[in-house]
Amino acid sequence: MNTARPWFRMTALALGLAFLYIPIFSLIVYSFNKSRLVTVWGGFSTKWYGELLHNQQILDAAWLSLKVAAVTATLAVALGTLAGLALARFGRFKGRTLFSAMATAPLVMPEVITGLSLLLLFVTLEQLIGWPSGRGMTTIIIAHVTFAMAYVTVIVQSRLSQMDDSLEEAALDLGARPAKVFFVVTLPIILPALLSGWLLAFTLSLDDLVIASFVAGPGASTLPMVIFSKVRMGVSPDINALATVLIAIVAFGVAFAGYWMARQQRNEARDAQMALAANQQMIESLKAG
Amino acid sequence: MATSPNVPAPEFAPWKDPDAVPYVRIERVTKKFGDFIAVDEVTLDIFKKEIFCLLGASGCGKTTLLRMLAGFERPTAGRIFIDGVDMTAIPPYERPVNMMFQSYALFPHMNVEQNVAFGLKQEKVSRSEITERVSEMLKLVKLDQFSKRRPHQLSGGQRQRVALARSLIKKPKLLLLDEPLAALDKKLREHTQFELINIQESLGVTFIVVTHDQEEAMTLSSRVGVMNHGEIIQVGTPTDIYEYPSSRFVAEFIGSVNMFEGRLIEDEPSYVRIECDDLDVPIFVDHGVSSAPGATIWAAIRPEKISIVRERPESADNWAAATVSDIAYMGDMSVYLLKLASGKILRVTQPNVYRHADDRITWDESVYVQWHASSPVVVTK
Amino acid sequence: MKEAGGLVSAFKGSPLGNRLRRWGVNGRTAVASVPFFWLLLFFLIPFIIVLKISFSQTVIAMPPYEPLLHWVSEKVLDIKLNLGNYAFLIEDNLYWKAYLNSIMVAGISTIICLLIGYPMAYAIARSTPTWRNILLLLVILPFWSSFLLRVYAWIGLLKNNGLINNALIALGLIDQPIQMLQTDFAVYVGIVYSYLPFMILPLYASLEKMDLTLLEAAADLGSRPWEAFLKITLPLSMPGVVAGCLLVFIPAVGEFVIPALLGDPGSLMIGKVLWTEFFNNRDWPVASAVAIALLMFLVIPIMYFQRAQDAESGRGART
Repeated sequence: MNTARPWFRMTALALGLAFLYIPIFSLIVYSFNKSRLVTVWGGFSTKWYGELLHNQQILDAAWLSLKVAAVTATLAVALGTLAGLALARFGRFKGRTLFSAMATAPLVMPEVITGLSLLLLFVTLEQLIGWPSGRGMTTIIIAHVTFAMAYVTVIVQSRLSQMDDSLEEAALDLGARPAKVFFVVTLPIILPALLSGWLLAFTLSLDDLVIASFVAGPGASTLPMVIFSKVRMGVSPDINALATVLIAIVAFGVAFAGYWMARQQRNEARDAQMALAANQQMIESLKAG
Repeated sequence: MATSPNVPAPEFAPWKDPDAVPYVRIERVTKKFGDFIAVDEVTLDIFKKEIFCLLGASGCGKTTLLRMLAGFERPTAGRIFIDGVDMTAIPPYERPVNMMFQSYALFPHMNVEQNVAFGLKQEKVSRSEITERVSEMLKLVKLDQFSKRRPHQLSGGQRQRVALARSLIKKPKLLLLDEPLAALDKKLREHTQFELINIQESLGVTFIVVTHDQEEAMTLSSRVGVMNHGEIIQVGTPTDIYEYPSSRFVAEFIGSVNMFEGRLIEDEPSYVRIECDDLDVPIFVDHGVSSAPGATIWAAIRPEKISIVRERPESADNWAAATVSDIAYMGDMSVYLLKLASGKILRVTQPNVYRHADDRITWDESVYVQWHASSPVVVTK
Repeated sequence: MKEAGGLVSAFKGSPLGNRLRRWGVNGRTAVASVPFFWLLLFFLIPFIIVLKISFSQTVIAMPPYEPLLHWVSEKVLDIKLNLGNYAFLIEDNLYWKAYLNSIMVAGISTIICLLIGYPMAYAIARSTPTWRNILLLLVILPFWSSFLLRVYAWIGLLKNNGLINNALIALGLIDQPIQMLQTDFAVYVGIVYSYLPFMILPLYASLEKMDLTLLEAAADLGSRPWEAFLKITLPLSMPGVVAGCLLVFIPAVGEFVIPALLGDPGSLMIGKVLWTEFFNNRDWPVASAVAIALLMFLVIPIMYFQRAQDAESGRGART
């Protein structure tokens, strides 16, 4: 089947990738457009990048978003790992259905519903116990953690199910208590999954508009909120510049990830060779007596 | 086992000694998963320094029983004593028991040394002692050259040795092995079987092995426990199990066997005669049998105990006329399938003693099969 | 890991440890309860609050709704359940139309996503390992870059003097720019574009797991490639199809950003309606009622999604 009609597959891929990337390229190209009318080419210029660097509103929003994203990602990984661990390793415990539903529902819940419900919660809590007083970074973080942890939970749960749990049993058998087993055996093995969970939560938090709009206070504007208010009124070239910067960072990260994966594969191949050689050696030595 | 040439080695058979105290006592242990009974009221005594094999097909409960000994499953009923202490409720990390897993379960992020040292680290042994004991153990399993390698840089046989070293270093009272040879190549398997026995003897650890491979069970064990549907069907030395099966199940499970269904026509304390519809002459067995009068019984005869001759035997029993229906040449021996007049097929094996045999038995030849009166085993269930 | 958790076993002998154990608290409980209570407080309870507020009445105050419970006198509690909000939803055409429109738009977008995403996922799954990694990275890259900015990009492309119109005019295919922005068409394009990676990745995961020797066996038994695809590949990839469709459809129903930026300002999508009720009309009770109604509709697909998730990770729940 691999050789039969590859042209169909290749065309599908080419068209699909073009569809995915033409908008991205257009963003990048027009960020260098001298003219303010984004889609009418007026010559090459980097002035919009300069403007971007001096736009205090955008810089403040970016800084806030980065802080929120970092804290969110870390908390989401902590909570999501616990949830994933419970779902993957604790069998059919009491309340599992509810727990599982709550842990994975945020994956598909429309953001307007999550945003509205969290805002109403914060308002009610403020009335009842005085916390959180006003809305700002704290409320945004809480909201982001709540939906980001769902993604981490799924990633961790899936990674743990793939993992050979006889490794954990072996550690228990050798005298390590369950908590120790987690930190010394399980955690190092699932670390790559935790890392990708952190990155995913970071990205989701950085990119969120709807939920942040609901739960942010008057003083707190995240980067997406600023971008949204600008682009509602039409195209804006400094936004193109911002987009290009972001895409460049992501592209760099993805390329690095690709390089890392390739290196891993090469290491694995080399180790397999070593194992094979060792096997040959053993057979030889057996024959020799 | 070094012995002087004329004095036979003392027989290792603590189970025959009425005063011997069992090292591991499994007392009416049952394990249920919902409605499914995985282990059904198993009672078993295992003695120190034994290699005891639990033998059975997949799903017979042997692995569940092993896991209960390790502490990974709690018995639904019954108790487990190890060296006199009730271990039933003790978690695995507090038992003086170690396990060698079927998949070896080597920690992939640690090298050989760290894997083997893991158990000792949990005991808060001093670092210098750990290094010493680890290197000793690695020498014992012949892996001292590979101490810095990671598991995926090792061959299957080497990984198995790391797993063995790791589980023995804590000097456990009991070592549990889950299908230890299943993942190895055939050539390696034989070699490893003997190595395991040597290591066990030099360290004096009690082994309990779970396997579905009869050959493994026969080679390794001092005693075998045959399991089926969660129950122990028969316990005995390999010889006991093979030559004196207590039931049709065991007789058919181990090796191959020719089973003759029949009725007792003569029932004396020192011999019996069995009439069988498949045979023209009766089966004469030279020992007595206890069975209810008129009950159906079976005579089991192993393939290697039957011989093929061309002349009609003169005796009044223990032979039959047959046609050769199939021959499988295995090199060291040949397997013959012979059809009796009744249509029943017999399986007979004969070693190929002579290289050039011009008059070898051939297909469709009419021959006679016969066996000695001591060969049949009579089973009543 | 069947035995008691390690965290509390450290206290085993101590009085605190014994008391905790009597309450059934062990390490496992600790592990599961932290996320459980977080989610209970910040995910489940908010929905209950939304339900409660959907029954109240809007007032000019902060917060802009009346409390449900009134102590009329010492021992008499008056609960005012304002069903008017729901009645309003049912009576006013706007809401009905918005719901149905959202469902239709989400449904069609999901189908288009599937039609585009399946061949792509298939092509990636069938390529050589090196290419596979590269292609996956290429599909994932847009997923990692900002959703908002990618939707914004389409503004530039679909505008009357945007890239596409300019290109079509330059090629002489049209004389006047075609109105693409602020139409339903733009919303479809936006949703399909943004959600495509969510369709491709589960599909790819499902297709990649498939044993190719099944297709070889089919060919050996006389099946033509198309037949083998329909009878073997497609059914086996169903879990991926279901996951992908639900991952696109459910959030798309309540989508706000795309209709807001690309759609007709007058167009009715329920996400926009909710936003408008909340931010523009400051009518929290009605917004809550809209949210509850939307949730009621989505409960069934969400439960279906949960069921599919659980089935996929079935290995996790051991007896």
